[in-house]
Amino acid sequence: MNKVDPRTTVINERLRRTSRIIAVSSGKGGVGKSLVATTLALTLTQRGCKVGLFDLDFTSPCTHLIMGVKDAQPKENKGIIPPVVKGIAIMSLIQFSGDQVAPLRGADVSNALIELLAVTQWGKLDFLILDMPPGIGDAVLDLVRLVKRIEFLIVTTPSLLAFETVKKQVRLLQDLKIPIIGVLENIKMSSATNIERETEKLGLKFLAGIPYDPGVEDAIGDVTKLLGTTIANRIKNVVATNITQ
Amino acid sequence: MHEWALAEAVITAAQQIAEREKLKEIREVNIKIGELQQVEQDIFYFALSQLKPSNFKNAKFHISTAKTSLKCRVCEQAWVFSKSKLAEDTAEAIHFVPEVAHSYIKCPKCGSPDFEIVEGRGVWLENIKGVR
Repeated sequence: MNKVDPRTTVINERLRRTSRIIAVSSGKGGVGKSLVATTLALTLTQRGCKVGLFDLDFTSPCTHLIMGVKDAQPKENKGIIPPVVKGIAIMSLIQFSGDQVAPLRGADVSNALIELLAVTQWGKLDFLILDMPPGIGDAVLDLVRLVKRIEFLIVTTPSLLAFETVKKQVRLLQDLKIPIIGVLENIKMSSATNIERETEKLGLKFLAGIPYDPGVEDAIGDVTKLLGTTIANRIKNVVATNITQ
Repeated sequence: MHEWALAEAVITAAQQIAEREKLKEIREVNIKIGELQQVEQDIFYFALSQLKPSNFKNAKFHISTAKTSLKCRVCEQAWVFSKSKLAEDTAEAIHFVPEVAHSYIKCPKCGSPDFEIVEGRGVWLENIKGVR
């Protein structure tokens, strides 16, 4: 027999007690995935759900910055136990790479992702939110391959440049029969409804349009302020009507 | 005790192969561990012994260690990983996720972090032997 990488065999066992696994994703970078993922995790926690937040943007992680996490290290007990911050179990490569740069090629990203999925003991969760790296690369393909029950929540901006890539990602996920909760339009600068119409043409639910909120930058690192922003208010509605309903 | 999770993965993979190959009893499990991950072999053995199912009760676990060879993608310098040159917390971070080696280790010749882990990254199940 050829030698076998044993790690992939335990990934779904590690996630067995997680009810739903939602990947917050976009074909394009800079659309606000991390902000949406973190705010989604915080909102679900506010509603009394047990939530995990896994930052999979290994080369540019930032959910720890959005949450204002200073020094929260995982513990070892038959695997890695994520630290709990603001009621959320958090996991990020930053817990291992610190303030060093993490220059990883695709195969390294894949290996680190499989390693963390195989050894992280999330325990019982209602939701595991995955903050995805931009694009339709290794992380998306590995998660679709390895994680049963994964669902995607797609983030775009009103820009044609973002939405064209989102359409390709949606096509891939639909071809693979992966559930898509819907599309969130972030950083909306006008009342135009073209993204809403285009989303419906794809056969998907348009979840919300989130207007550009200049107050968001000031809320980075302060979850109380963040939960008072327009983005948080819109995500609360999305959670109530499309996720926990 | 991070080794426990890796041992569980080895047992699960070995059990899947045993089922596929219709092996009723497993006699031997051969595992290779790369030095980069710095797995504590005593803990790993203990975890294997505690986790093994009944059809593995007479199985011997053979663990071999692979040196970790690294090769720079920029200048092609090849070298061997050495834990002794690392700070304790750096070695521990690499133990948990070997890929963070790229955050702490650089090519000894040109200083680039863009190197390939040619061999000796983590845990591999080499083969199992048993009876049908």
